[in-house]
Amino acid sequence: MNYHLNHLRELEAESIFVLREVAAQFERPVLLFSGGKDSILVTHLAMKAFHPAKIPFPLLHIDTGHNFPETIAYRDSLVEKLGAKLIVGSVQEAIDKGMVVEEKGYNASRNFLQTAVLLESLENGKFDAAMGGARRDEEKARAKERFFSHRDEFGQWDPKNQRPELWNLFNGKKHYGEHFRVFPISNWTELDVWQYLAIEEVELPSLYFAHRRKVFMRDGIYLADSEFIPKRPEEEVEERMVRCRTIGDVTCTGVWPSEAQSIEDIIKEVSTARQTERGGRADDKRTETAMEDRKKQGYF
Amino acid sequence: MDFQNNELLRFSTAGSVDDGKSTLIGRLLYDSKSIFEDQYDAIKTTSERRGEENVNLALLTDGLKAEREQGITIDVAYRYFSTPKRKFIIADTPGHIQYTRNMVTGASTANVALILIDARNGIVEQTRRHAFIASLLQIPHLVVCINKMDLVDYSEEVYNRIKDEFSEFSYKLDVRDVHFIPMSALNGDNVVDKSKNMEWYGGGSLLYFLENVHIGSDHNLIDCRFPVQYVVRPYSDEYHDYRGYAGRIAGGVFKKGDKVMLLPSGFTSKIDKIVTYDGELEEAYPPMSVTLLLEDDLDLSRGDMIVRENNHPTITQDLEVMVCWFNDRPLQLRGKYALMHTTQEARCVIKEIRYKLNINTLHRDEEDKKIGMNDIARVVIRTTKPLFTDSYRRNRITGSLLFVDEGTNETVGAGMII
Ligand SMILES: Nc1nc2c(ncn2[C@@H]2O[C@H](COP(=O)(O)OP(=O)(O)OP(=O)(O)O)[C@@H](O)[C@H]2O)c(=O)[nH]1
Ligand SMILES: [Mg+2]
Repeated sequence: MNYHLNHLRELEAESIFVLREVAAQFERPVLLFSGGKDSILVTHLAMKAFHPAKIPFPLLHIDTGHNFPETIAYRDSLVEKLGAKLIVGSVQEAIDKGMVVEEKGYNASRNFLQTAVLLESLENGKFDAAMGGARRDEEKARAKERFFSHRDEFGQWDPKNQRPELWNLFNGKKHYGEHFRVFPISNWTELDVWQYLAIEEVELPSLYFAHRRKVFMRDGIYLADSEFIPKRPEEEVEERMVRCRTIGDVTCTGVWPSEAQSIEDIIKEVSTARQTERGGRADDKRTETAMEDRKKQGYF
Repeated sequence: MDFQNNELLRFSTAGSVDDGKSTLIGRLLYDSKSIFEDQYDAIKTTSERRGEENVNLALLTDGLKAEREQGITIDVAYRYFSTPKRKFIIADTPGHIQYTRNMVTGASTANVALILIDARNGIVEQTRRHAFIASLLQIPHLVVCINKMDLVDYSEEVYNRIKDEFSEFSYKLDVRDVHFIPMSALNGDNVVDKSKNMEWYGGGSLLYFLENVHIGSDHNLIDCRFPVQYVVRPYSDEYHDYRGYAGRIAGGVFKKGDKVMLLPSGFTSKIDKIVTYDGELEEAYPPMSVTLLLEDDLDLSRGDMIVRENNHPTITQDLEVMVCWFNDRPLQLRGKYALMHTTQEARCVIKEIRYKLNINTLHRDEEDKKIGMNDIARVVIRTTKPLFTDSYRRNRITGSLLFVDEGTNETVGAGMII
């Protein structure tokens, strides 16, 4: 008998362990659900971790109001299927209330306003642990994250002073008012995610597969033509076969020319890709340490 | 699909500041074609802006602002790549003594540790400290990378001298498997491809080693240990009275129908079912996460352990532990700490400090008992309740524990049970 797990099953076992650890160590955990493949994966793993019981924590969606409509449809049907509780933190409401100020200009994006709304939603729900689908291979600052990432009462990350994290012992102890961000799929790569979603036959939003869409080029990246993105005069809309590699806010999610119709096609595409998936994310391109700066302020 | 049979290997870097750890990882990623164009363009731009002659591959892992400013690694960076043979998880750790705890973080789960040595300087105190920590952590395989060979004319003599010196030192350590590779991380000699500058070296490249080293026996498959992590209770009509014990197998092979003993109660029962979302299993082994159902309705909760009747762990409140201290507040004799061990939590008091270890000589100092940050010591502790332990040598999971400061909640030390 060969007592040996392949890499996907080993990653699965690790993530399930982390999810159960969160349920055991925290009083009010919450799962951040963005509608992207990574949060879909975390949700799928949570479903497996607590089977046959329901997922013992709610899902929280920080809604910028600038979504692909497909994302919301997918979210609602998933929540219904799981019998989970959904909480929505609305950026639009925060703007209306004057809590945050909308950016102006061609590159305006509500992505940055998410942080304030996220922190407020966590506070309102008195959540002490927020789980997310961030992966270390996504970005160089994320490569430095612990599974259990301690945040002070302002939600800030202090990358120079992280708690040591050894073996599979996760220290979730904290003072009143502090909380944790937890990243159960830290060790998965983009390719692992797709391979796993394929063998698990997980249903995915249509945006991940090639479809015809009106797009335009900005800074070398195709963006979806949408009422939420003002175009410069020289930017011309064209129709192309494209798909998303990540799904976030419409204003900063690049779409990629692609013919991939199935997960198998996507795996082929991803394993020969020459650009990282976040290569299409305008929010990372603002400065060299854009991600680290946002994380220090409490971004995911 | 053929990707389903890839094996996972975790390795970490170690060695003194500037010995080339991050450069080596950058080179490994670059030469194995695991770097994306936008990543490469970004580090190229940064290197040019800083007036560096070549593209600085260390920037691939040194991602924090403070690291880039100082040109050193501060915290562990995790990187990933795969070849048709294996998938690799790399932990690139800092060499600076101040950040030793981050080195330990990265190394604690590794199958292989790469210890870098600058060929010009040979073995220095940090090399010894890291080699010792690697042996303490029982990392099964060590690869000593004698780096910057380009700066010593690729000299076989220099290589042999360092190799001999390290062997003499490691002879005193508890390491099972040590390999040596001369390399230039900067130029890529013996990293992915075999070097043409060192024909005298008969062995393979680093990647060849990583792809072929045997890691199958790194788990304990003998002693059955199942720390209960979480109790699954669906509270629905369909699953009335259902009590599933969720957890990760820490050792041994559990089979359906096995007679088991529960700790701390000592009651016995049988495994009724091994449940996963994908259906029932006949058997489960490390590192699987499963849910066990027992035949009898017994009281078990988080922190308890399911074992075999004829092979159970030590049940004790008194432990001998090697501790690696992480905090600038020294370890306090008779001090009280919170303990985390498997899924169990307890408090403990430090009853005795037996000795502090001198990293350079491995001498046991029984006089100087001030255990400060980055020191390694042997201590005796007493816990508020019994723990179910094995020696760390026998099982990395049931043999390890964390010390947590009860005031600050910080993780202040890591312990390995003797
Ligand atoms: N000539 C030469 N220089 C090298 C080689 N490997 C690394 N270097 C240089 O050594 C310096 C330090 O390299 P790093 O990779 O940052 O060292 P490190 O071990 O990661 O340092 P810390 O993480 O801070 O402990 C850089 O300037 C590298 O370019 C080599 O093989 N040959
Ligand atoms: Mg480094």
